[in-house]
This record gives sequence, structure tokens and C-alpha cells, in this order.
Amino acid sequence: MSRKPRLAVFKFASCDGCQLSLLDAEDELLAICDRVDIAHFAEASSDLQPGPYDVALIEGSITTAEDAARIRRVRLDSKFLITIGACATAGGIQALRNWANVDDWVDSIYPSPEFISTLSTSTPIAQHVHVDFALHGCPINYHQLVDVLVALAEGRQPRIPSHSVCLDCKHRGTVCHVVARGVPCLGPVTQSGCGALCPAYDRGCYGCFGPSVPANTSSLLNKFRMLGQSPDQLVPLLRNFNAAAPEFQRAADQLTILRSNDEGTPS
Amino acid sequence: MTVHSTALRANPWLTRTARIEDVIGEISGVCTYRLTVSDKNGGASYGFAPGQFNMLYLPGVGESAISMSGDPARTDSWIHTVRVAGNVTKTLAGLGRGDTLGLRGPFGTGWPHEELIGNDIVIVAGGLGMAPLRPLIYQLMSQRDKFNRIWLICGARSFDGLLYVREYNTWRKGGIDVQLTVDRATDGWAGHVGVVTLLIDRLQLPRPEQTYLVACGPEVMMKYAAASGIRLGIAEKRIWVSLERNMRCAAGLCGHCQLGPEFICKDGPVLRYDRIRKYLFVEQL
Amino acid sequence: MAQTSAVLFFSKPRLQSLLDELRTRGYCVVGPTIDQEAIIYDEILSVDELPRGWTDEQAPGQYRLRRRDDDAWFGYVVGPHSWKKYLFPPKTTLLSAEKTANGWEFIPRADDSTSFALLGVRACELAAIRIQDRVFLDGPYQDPLYRERRQRLFIVAVNCTQAASTCFCTSMKTGPRCEQGFDLALTEIDSGFLCDVGSDVGQDVIAVCSAVEATSEQQQSAASARQQAVDQIERRMDTSDLPGLLLGNLDHPRWKEVGDRCLSCTNCTMVCPTCFCSSVTEIRDLNMDRVDRERSWDSCFNPDFSYLGGSLVRNDTASRYRQWLTHKLDSWQNQFGTSGCVGCGRCITWCPVGIDLTEEVAAIRETSTP
Repeated sequence: MSRKPRLAVFKFASCDGCQLSLLDAEDELLAICDRVDIAHFAEASSDLQPGPYDVALIEGSITTAEDAARIRRVRLDSKFLITIGACATAGGIQALRNWANVDDWVDSIYPSPEFISTLSTSTPIAQHVHVDFALHGCPINYHQLVDVLVALAEGRQPRIPSHSVCLDCKHRGTVCHVVARGVPCLGPVTQSGCGALCPAYDRGCYGCFGPSVPANTSSLLNKFRMLGQSPDQLVPLLRNFNAAAPEFQRAADQLTILRSNDEGTPS
Repeated sequence: MTVHSTALRANPWLTRTARIEDVIGEISGVCTYRLTVSDKNGGASYGFAPGQFNMLYLPGVGESAISMSGDPARTDSWIHTVRVAGNVTKTLAGLGRGDTLGLRGPFGTGWPHEELIGNDIVIVAGGLGMAPLRPLIYQLMSQRDKFNRIWLICGARSFDGLLYVREYNTWRKGGIDVQLTVDRATDGWAGHVGVVTLLIDRLQLPRPEQTYLVACGPEVMMKYAAASGIRLGIAEKRIWVSLERNMRCAAGLCGHCQLGPEFICKDGPVLRYDRIRKYLFVEQL
Repeated sequence: MAQTSAVLFFSKPRLQSLLDELRTRGYCVVGPTIDQEAIIYDEILSVDELPRGWTDEQAPGQYRLRRRDDDAWFGYVVGPHSWKKYLFPPKTTLLSAEKTANGWEFIPRADDSTSFALLGVRACELAAIRIQDRVFLDGPYQDPLYRERRQRLFIVAVNCTQAASTCFCTSMKTGPRCEQGFDLALTEIDSGFLCDVGSDVGQDVIAVCSAVEATSEQQQSAASARQQAVDQIERRMDTSDLPGLLLGNLDHPRWKEVGDRCLSCTNCTMVCPTCFCSSVTEIRDLNMDRVDRERSWDSCFNPDFSYLGGSLVRNDTASRYRQWLTHKLDSWQNQFGTSGCVGCGRCITWCPVGIDLTEEVAAIRETSTP
């Protein structure tokens, strides 16, 4: 094998949780260091080497004009660019601003709003530059990250499972919340990655890993409506960590249209 | 039944260590591997029916179904011609002589050797589809007098995509009418240009009712080849094709490779055309 | 075997003796118990863990536990789990690869030594086990783990005395009466259990229950309890043109229509007691000295399932639903000489959006192109 691939980790608007999950993977991290040369990882080391990089991991979404320019420079420096986590792949929880007035929020949150310069939206990396591979999740599953890095180091095409959370529930023997309790759960339209954690602890799926491949949100939302859930209850379910993922965004937007229709008719 | 095939019946996941003895470059991205296996239970045997395949296993990467492409009479090793396509074959391409991998098999059905006896045979190969047909050609050559006329029609994208070119003259001398065609003429190619069906269509079959057509290649090519054969008067039940689907367990136990009612790994890969024709034309089946 | 024709009777508390005896004989006894607001299958040590006084109400896409107005021990139908998880577990290590000085060596999975005794197997579930026997044992290749566990299996069947709205075993001719394939088959009545003995081992084991020959009154109440289940079954599936109907209607517009409702979430295939699709994953340590090949339940509803040469053969939900239903009710017959459906209704109940295969078949038949 030729030289070790050079890895860089870049942070945009995010909580650092995904980077931390890489640092948390203690045993694997050592093995990864054997296979890749970590050239730029500010969270781990102050030795920040310049590009070009073979693999760039991008955490976070684009919320400022500076970041919109910076991601383009990173792209030019990186052969294979991977977005890690819900922020980078779908705009993150901060994409809730896309449905609000950012100036109002800034005024209400910051004591000196004049120092805040931000875009009115939080957008996924893929809306700015070409993304070679996306790792979903809030936070990511570090086993998936390790698998992807090892595959790249070995010259293979990385692959991660794309099935719904339901399959993982069934592997664990978890009883379906939608069917047995009438609880809205995003599992049937959410991509695997967490191992069906929440349903195993008595709560429906929050959709942290974003829409699954055939995410049939309209059919599932029909069911939730039949269970007596109002659009007011369902919109926040979809507008969460992956609010700006196209399938969830479209579904929530349609619900808000329903909501305004509902308001016109007494229930 | 060999000791190994009995063991494989009881546990199709039984994987043996295969050692790469030689690697020969064929065409771009395609190599032929000679493999030997060490078998603690009952010694290695290399018997197979032309058309069958082995599962080659690269630990940590996965398995891939690869057809046998060597001489079935050979008793010292298995021969596999492999094109780099997915992760398994890509990793295999990085291995060399002396390296080891896992092997399960042989699995699947073979070409209808017994039925072919006494008949004329049209063999149609497209691109890498030549690989699972070569064992059949060796078998026919070794008992040449048992069969009547034999044509081999080979197609490829261009001349450098034709597999086993070095052997064509031997086959011709052995009484096989080898005809070649390419999609694109390059480098002074003076032969036919066009799809294999152009060559099938112009065959003068002396007795179509006693003629078999066997084909392996891209699915669309096989469908057209079969249609051409039918036009020449070859009955559907005398047309055999080798199909490819997502073969995972190779034993009909995992469900991945189904096409209509057929498990391609177990009921195929070699199937009689009248048995699967109607399913081949249904989209996304 | 020396089957006794006599139907036996034992009082309810004696069931504990049966459990104890099975445990003494080395069986892990698994049976119905309440967990996660459902009646699931898990290891049972005591009859107190049975869902006594509880029942299940089922409808397409809906399951609820309900209190009964009596103290029946087996007064429910079937739940989200099926027994296949014991014979064909959701995850199994098939093989390990180890790197040695001589290259890779492959070690078959260590023999599994668990013996299971299943308590509370319904007639449709006995049929499901018979179907998986055909898949995993009767073909040219056998699944070794299934074979080992199946050989050692002990089955205590319990006849249904009621049916859910999703049941249609009578259409599939699999129930509700347990007729074959058990060691013991019980029918619950108020005062105790009537017991049919189906094997020598069963005969041997039942001795601990101090069972006596059932009286004609007891037999009469057992028969009427079983009849109650028959009478409650309302759902029907016409099987007269199966197989053939679905494979003959591969271009039917209904596939697209159901594809619009289907979530492709895999729930139906996971709860189905006969679905057997699986995939193998490479579990490697990072130094790559050892790799385990882990098999887990997979589903024809997963897009990757039909991966072939860089693309997907079945690339939309309609084609995946068509694959599932056609396989289950039609091509299964060609492959294994039986339908793949036992009429347990799980796929109807546990489909989050309540897709009902009996309705889908009827819709296709209605506008079938012969």
C-alpha cells in the first residue's frame, strides 16, 4: 500500500458532538491512526497541517457567509469529502431558523445582538459543495465512521446500512410503538444507525438519522393523523435534528398547510 | 458425491482456505486466478460441472459469486476469471501468489452436458460471459466426436474486451466455428462490427430442431440471442442461459437472488429459457 | 410412536410441574409473557409469568392489551414475536476467519447447545415451523443452526380458544386446531388443561403432571372452547387461484397503489413466522486478525436487498411489495411445495399503516388479467 491517506476534520455550525464521538472511540482511534495520517483535527491537536487532504470530515451546517466561503475552500483541498452528522447532512437543529425570523431570535437571545452576523438559514453542506459520502445521525454512529475510514484507507467503496429503524427494533425484539401504543414514532421512515435506541427505552423514534431511502412520510403521517395526532403535534416531530432533510421538510411543510386548513374548520 | 459436497450440504457456510497459485492478466481489469484449497476433512477435490460457481470470500470485505472458468477435467486446482467490479473483486485484485482467501462451493447448476450429446450447439458469449462457458468448451473439445456442429459466437465492446483470444485457434482446430464481433472497431480490427445477434441471425443451421443455444453475457444480450435462436427454429426448451442476481448464501437460504420462483443461486445460474423467459421481461422483478 | 388415544386432563397449577420437568431435562422453556405492552415470547420460569387474565385486541395496524373478565392463562391470540427467533435467530455468527502464519483459517460457528421447549405454540405457528423446516432442512442445503435447534425442540402447543380480527388460519388450512407437529397439545378450560400427547418424549414428560383421562364433560367444554375460536374467525382469503394469480398479474396497477401506502419498513417480514431472508455482515476487529461473519434477518423491503452490479433490481416500493406478496403466496409454492402464509395475521396487525394482504389479493383478483 502507498502512503497513509491524510485526514482532516472541519467544524462548521455544530455542537462538536460528532467530532467527540470520534474521540470517544478510544480503541478504534488508535487503530485509525495506524491507517490514516490525521493532518488537521483542531478538537484533538493544535498541530494543524495545511491541505491537500485525501479525506475531509465535515461537521456542522452553513449559517454564516464566512462558512459558505470556507466550505468551498475546504472542498478544493479535499479529495473525498464526508459530511458527518445531522447538521452537516441536513442543516441540524439550527435549521429551525429556516422557518423563523432570525433577527427576532438574535434580538431575544443575545444581549448585544449587534455583534451577531448570521445568515437567515442553516443549510446542509451538500447545498454548497459536492459531497462524496454522508454519515447521518445526531450524533453519528462512530462504528459507521470507523468502517468508512477503514474502507477508504483500504481503497474500498464505503457502505453503510440503509434500512429503516424498524428492522433494528425487530432484531432487538422491541414491540412496535405505533401499533401497540398508538404512539407516533418516526422509525418506519428513519434510516438505521442508532440500533433503534429510543424505542427500546419506551419512546418513539425522533428521526435522528434522517429519512430512510424510500421514506414514505405521507403514508405514515396519515396513520398518525388517524391516531388523533394534530398537525401541531406532528410538525415538531419532523422539524427536529433533520428538519431540513428534504423528505422531512416537505412533509412538515405539507402539515402546516393542513394546519392552516384545520384552523378554518371547527374540530 | 464427494466428502466435501456432503459436508457442504450439511453446512453451506463451510469455508475452506484457498491459496492463490498463479495470477494471469487477461484483459484490462480482468485476471485469472488459479486456486488450491486445503481441506482437513477428506482431501481436496476440484470436481465441478461447467456453469457452476464458487463463493470467494475476502475476510472483512465480503463474498462474491465467481463462476468456474477452467477445465473441469483438471484435478489439481480451480480456475476463476474475475473482473474488478465491487469491493470484493477490487480487494482480490490487490492479492497475489501465495495469498489466501476463503472459498465455498461449488454451487449452482451446470450446462446441460448430457442433453447436448448428438446435437448441434450454438454457444453465445458476451464480454466476460465467456468465463463460465470456457469449461463447457473444454468439455465439448475433449469429447468432440460426441457432438455435431459447434459454433462459438463471441461479442465484446472492442477487440481488447475479447476474453481468451489466445485459445481461439486451438478451438478452431478442434472443430469449433469461432466467430467474433465487436461493438466498436479499433486498432485495425477487420472482423465483424455489431451485436452478437447479427452473427446468430446469419447462421445457416442445418437442423435447427436438433440445435441447442447456450448463452452467457449481459442479460439484454441473452434475451436478444434467445430471440434470434428462436427465429432460426431453435426451441425455447433447447436454449439455456446463465443468469446473475445478488447471490449471497449460494444455497437458496437467504432469499436475495430470487427471480420469480427461481433462486438463481440454487435453481440456476444456468436455466432453461422456457422456464424463466416470462420473468426476464418483467421490470424490477 | 406409541400414541395414547386418550385425552388427558390436569389441573392448572400442574403446568408448573411441566415447566420444572422440562427445565430439569435441560430445556430453556420459552413462552408467552407480558412485556412492552404486548404478549411476547421469552424465557419462562414460573406459570406466574404467563399473561393470566390478559388478552389482545388486534386490527390492521393496531394491537392493544386488554384485561379479560376471567383468569385465562392462554386467553390471547398471537403477538408481535414468533418462535422463529429461537430456531432462526435474528443474529447468528456463522463463521470466524482468523489470520494465522499460514494465511486465513476459517472456523465454523461453535455448535449451539441450547435446547428450547416452546410453550403456547398455536396451530398456525406449528404450520409456520413446518414451513421453515422445508426451507431450512428439506432443500439441497441445510441450515446447520436451525437443524441443531430443531432436532432438540420440544413443543407444547396450546389450542386457540378465541380469534383476532386479523386471523385467517381457516382459509390457509393451518388451524385453529393443533393437529400435528407437537409433543403435547393443550386446550385450556376453566378447571385446567386437556392434553393430547403427540410424541414419546411428550408422553414421558406429561407423567409429572399427574394427568388423568379427561371426562366427557371436560372434553365437551374443550371442544366448545376451540369452536369459539373457529366461530370468531371472520377474515377470509380465497386461495382457489393461488398459486398463479399473483405471478400472472405482475403488471397489475394494484402494485403501484399499494406501493404508495407501503412504508417499505420491513415490519411485515420481520413479524412473519415464515419469512427467512437474511444477510451476512463482516464484523472485524480493526487489526483484521479476526473477522466474524454475522447473519441477521434481512428483508426484501430493504432497497439494498436486490443490489446487483452497482444498481438495485427492485428500485421502488411497489416492486418490493410485489416481490414479498408474490413470493409469500405464489412462488413459495413452486419453491417449497407449500404456501408461505399460515394466516396468523401478524403482517396485518404489525404493519404500521395496516396494509392487509387479504385485501390486496382480493383487489388483484377483482381485476385480474387471466
